[in-house]
Amino acid sequence: MRKAKEFIVEKLILTCGVASIFFVALIFLFLMKEGLAVFKTVSLSDFLAGHKWYPISEPPQLGILPLILGSILVTIGAAIISIPIGVGSAIYIAEIAPAWAKEVLKAGVELLAAIPSVVLGFVGMVTLVPLVKNVFNLPTGLTALSGSIMLAFMAMPTIVSVAEDALYSVPKNYKEGAFALGATQWQTIWRVMLPASSSGILAAVMLGIGRVIGETMAVMMITGNAAVIPKTILVPVRTLTATVAAEMGEAVVGGEHYFALFAIGIVLFMISFMINVTADLFLHKRQR
Amino acid sequence: MSKIVTKKLNLWYSQFHALKDVHASFEDKRITAIIGPSGCGKSTLLRVFNRMNDFVDGVRTDGEVLIDGEDILNGRTDLVTLRKKVGMVFQRPNPFPLSIYENIVFGKKIHGETKREQLDIIVEKSLKSVLLWDELKDKLNSSALLLSLEQKQRLCIARLIAVQPEVLLMDEPCSTLDPQATARIEELMRELKSNYSIIIVTHNMQQAARVSDDTGFMLLGELIEFGKTSEIFTAPKDRRTEEYITGRYG
Repeated sequence: MRKAKEFIVEKLILTCGVASIFFVALIFLFLMKEGLAVFKTVSLSDFLAGHKWYPISEPPQLGILPLILGSILVTIGAAIISIPIGVGSAIYIAEIAPAWAKEVLKAGVELLAAIPSVVLGFVGMVTLVPLVKNVFNLPTGLTALSGSIMLAFMAMPTIVSVAEDALYSVPKNYKEGAFALGATQWQTIWRVMLPASSSGILAAVMLGIGRVIGETMAVMMITGNAAVIPKTILVPVRTLTATVAAEMGEAVVGGEHYFALFAIGIVLFMISFMINVTADLFLHKRQR
Repeated sequence: MSKIVTKKLNLWYSQFHALKDVHASFEDKRITAIIGPSGCGKSTLLRVFNRMNDFVDGVRTDGEVLIDGEDILNGRTDLVTLRKKVGMVFQRPNPFPLSIYENIVFGKKIHGETKREQLDIIVEKSLKSVLLWDELKDKLNSSALLLSLEQKQRLCIARLIAVQPEVLLMDEPCSTLDPQATARIEELMRELKSNYSIIIVTHNMQQAARVSDDTGFMLLGELIEFGKTSEIFTAPKDRRTEEYITGRYG
């Protein structure tokens, strides 16, 4: 009787484990099947490097270069803003802050992570967008810069918590050794703590960027969604994610536009996958 | 000549009275061992001399610690200068996760030396003085974490020597090493004695007997007896010292 129970529980758990892999595989296969179909009408290079995204013109023009550049621009902007602030705040929390400030800040970071992206997008739309418009004297505040700033807020909690973890796991005796040699706190952080935790901090950055590149709702609301190749960060752009979200509803199932959106999905999948693998490599390097 | 003198030194960790009225005088260019059972306050005493206890929450000290006649316990003491002068070797070798070269020049660099030729000279001199130069001169740029435990501990000593301290504090420097490596580190200590005042904390009485000139015995925060090593180990004056060194407790 007991043996039978063990057997059933064991098989049940096995099924759960296999199911999650099975569903991921199904999603991946579906994505591939629908996405690769677009290459019957457009070549891979025209798709990736084409300058024009007019999916409903006749014949449709399916170049996603403006979308890729839009995504990259917004992501780089967000990285430039969020990495220094995120790593800085991780250093402060892990090394400098007194116990009470540490608690308050960690709670604050967790709260920031808990804000739904649509809320961030909405707040950005009514506060940040007019601000950017006025400060830079632009015809519209719906720009890549606005998206970058808002996404920086979304990347920061990830960066702060993973980087803080990395700093925290640096053996205490490194710090003691540095202090015993007469190093100041800043010298200890800069010359010992950061090099010792560099792979963890890089992983933090990669995970933060991964979050930014996959984000949809906030960017769709505040970047203006113009599928043109951006020349500066102060113009409207459209990202890969926003394109899929905005156009999937109106694409004809089984049409070229529909297949193209799935192909964008593949591109996004590849990018996220590479970022996650890189982050993973850094994290494992740290453990070794 | 006395290098370090403590007068009526008391130390508390919050409510716990860890050092009780310690009076002692540590001589220049000699090795002084502090022995005693675990938790007797010997490491705490050592950490007073370079103010490493400052990092412990709720620590309070009282009394005087004079190094070259200057009280280091008052608020005016410059910790950077103090720690440059009074270096410390830890129980577990703790080279930084940097190259061998960078480990040795670490102290020099943070104290403002940047000239490459100067640093090169210092690296060679420091490694020679811990007898690592021949072994490591061809791999100065490889990671210090790849060294053996003994090499790491030597490197940590070299790293100290590079900043030209006057006092070396050693907190159980051999407790993670095997007997041969321990013997070699002890040999090194004897060699370094001519240039530095060395204070070593150890729970290994044989080590204290082998390597030190003076010995202090501590028990429950008190310095029970302090004197020439030869006398402490052959004719202890206090019954508790005798009981400890004959192995009745500890």
